Amino acid sequence: MKLYLRYFSIHFKSQMQYKTSFFLTLLGQFLTAFSTFLGIWVMFTRFRAVDGFTYTEVSLCYAVVLMAFSLAETFFRGFDTFPRMIGNGEFDRILVRPRSPIFQVLAAKIEFSRLGRLLQAVLVFAWAIPRSGVDWNAANLATLVGMILSGTFVFAGLFLLYAGICFYTLEGLEVMNIFTDGGREFGRYPLSVYGEGVLRFLTYIVPLALFLYYPFLALLGRSESLLHRICPAFALLFLLPCYLFWRIGLRHYQSTGS
Amino acid sequence: MTAGRGLRPYLSFFRIRFLCGMQYRTAALAGIATQFAWGAMNLLAYRAFYAADPSAFPMTLEQISCYVWFNQAFLTLFMLWFLDADIFAAIRDGGVAYELIRPLDLYRIWFVKNLATRAAKVTLRCLPILVVACVLPKPYGLTLPVSAAAFLLFLVTMLLALVLVVAFCMLIYITTFYTMNPLGVRIVATSMCEFLCGAIVPIPFMPDGLRRVIELTPFAAMQNLPFRIYSGDIAGTELVQGIVLQLFWIAALILLGRLMMRHALRRVVVQGG
Repeated sequence: MKLYLRYFSIHFKSQMQYKTSFFLTLLGQFLTAFSTFLGIWVMFTRFRAVDGFTYTEVSLCYAVVLMAFSLAETFFRGFDTFPRMIGNGEFDRILVRPRSPIFQVLAAKIEFSRLGRLLQAVLVFAWAIPRSGVDWNAANLATLVGMILSGTFVFAGLFLLYAGICFYTLEGLEVMNIFTDGGREFGRYPLSVYGEGVLRFLTYIVPLALFLYYPFLALLGRSESLLHRICPAFALLFLLPCYLFWRIGLRHYQSTGS
Repeated sequence: MTAGRGLRPYLSFFRIRFLCGMQYRTAALAGIATQFAWGAMNLLAYRAFYAADPSAFPMTLEQISCYVWFNQAFLTLFMLWFLDADIFAAIRDGGVAYELIRPLDLYRIWFVKNLATRAAKVTLRCLPILVVACVLPKPYGLTLPVSAAAFLLFLVTMLLALVLVVAFCMLIYITTFYTMNPLGVRIVATSMCEFLCGAIVPIPFMPDGLRRVIELTPFAAMQNLPFRIYSGDIAGTELVQGIVLQLFWIAALILLGRLMMRHALRRVVVQGG
């Protein structure tokens, strides 16, 4: 942990060396996310609700997925540059060091400019939380925090899976973007909007719905089920297969030799 | 210099870039799968909005389906954030000097390079998406064009839209002569323009006041125009107006780009080394 903090401060300092570049990238992240939000706004100037969810409710849902994603992206996107790490042999260097490879890959890249999205999420939360009509008692607050944290780890799991696949393909697979970037973009609407089939897939295969949809129902008071409220905890089980896949991939790893 | 000979070097720039772009076939395959999933998810969301209130829906389901699939199939043709990193590098590290000593027109070289990269990418990607979209059940698939004339105009405006998009990107490159750091201009182009040209939500969905303003800007003359002509969403006087505006914006942006470039090149300082 102490070592991670060291890395943390080094990354922070190095990114602060290029302040203009840093803040412009931050602004870019913010604006890109903002245009998605504009898209939601546009739709709700015409429609009062979609699948029974109102504008404020959808905004709340969007803020959750955006915050989970940007947290994951800030701290776990070391895996994103993983194909390059394998390609240029940097991963071989990591393997000979006496620390866990996962730790080192994570610490190799911490992108603070991604916080532009986080800022967006905070603003949308600030707007949507008082207007959502949710009774913000302790249980609901805990559910919301649980959703965000669980979401962060599910996205982290997806990044890990992506890196695990790289052991075989040696290059990044754009297909994974369907679940990472796609999860962020499509998570803006409560997932039932996409129909029964998609919802089931996102419940049992890639558990985005477990932190995004079912606890959300509980939050809005549409479901009394305790099970729905604690769904985010089950979503964490997703990390297990992701980790296993990474381990198996690691055992199969053959250096590219460069 | 005769016209024929004058064009040949630009054609070879086009060919080289095109062939270069055709090399990345695996990446294209992965891209197709991704884009297909994105299109499908988008369409499912529109379906839900349609179910919520069909009377508030400004297009038919068939029309939005065509729009969504075209948007995915021709993504690489029209995306405004797709800029040539080589050109930015050339401006920054002085490589532009090599291009300037050629007896050719720099604006034209960059223009055809951009056309070619986009054309190559779309050649690899569009067909599979279009084919699959065609066999999807009604109303979620790609329908036939409303008429032969509409199809013809679709092709023409599509070509013009591509020219307009590249003319717009040229302005971004040329601005870099002044700012040196491409980041700032790029950020605006990547975020807000995508929204304005209807890549996030089609323009008919926007509130009336905003929609009327956007329809006058060059952004409405990009993908918005051909995609909606195809499905008959834009027809009659609106169509004529659209094409006139499109031609006007192409002329205006190219003229502006050329003027800016001439001014920029007069004061360009290539740092040695």
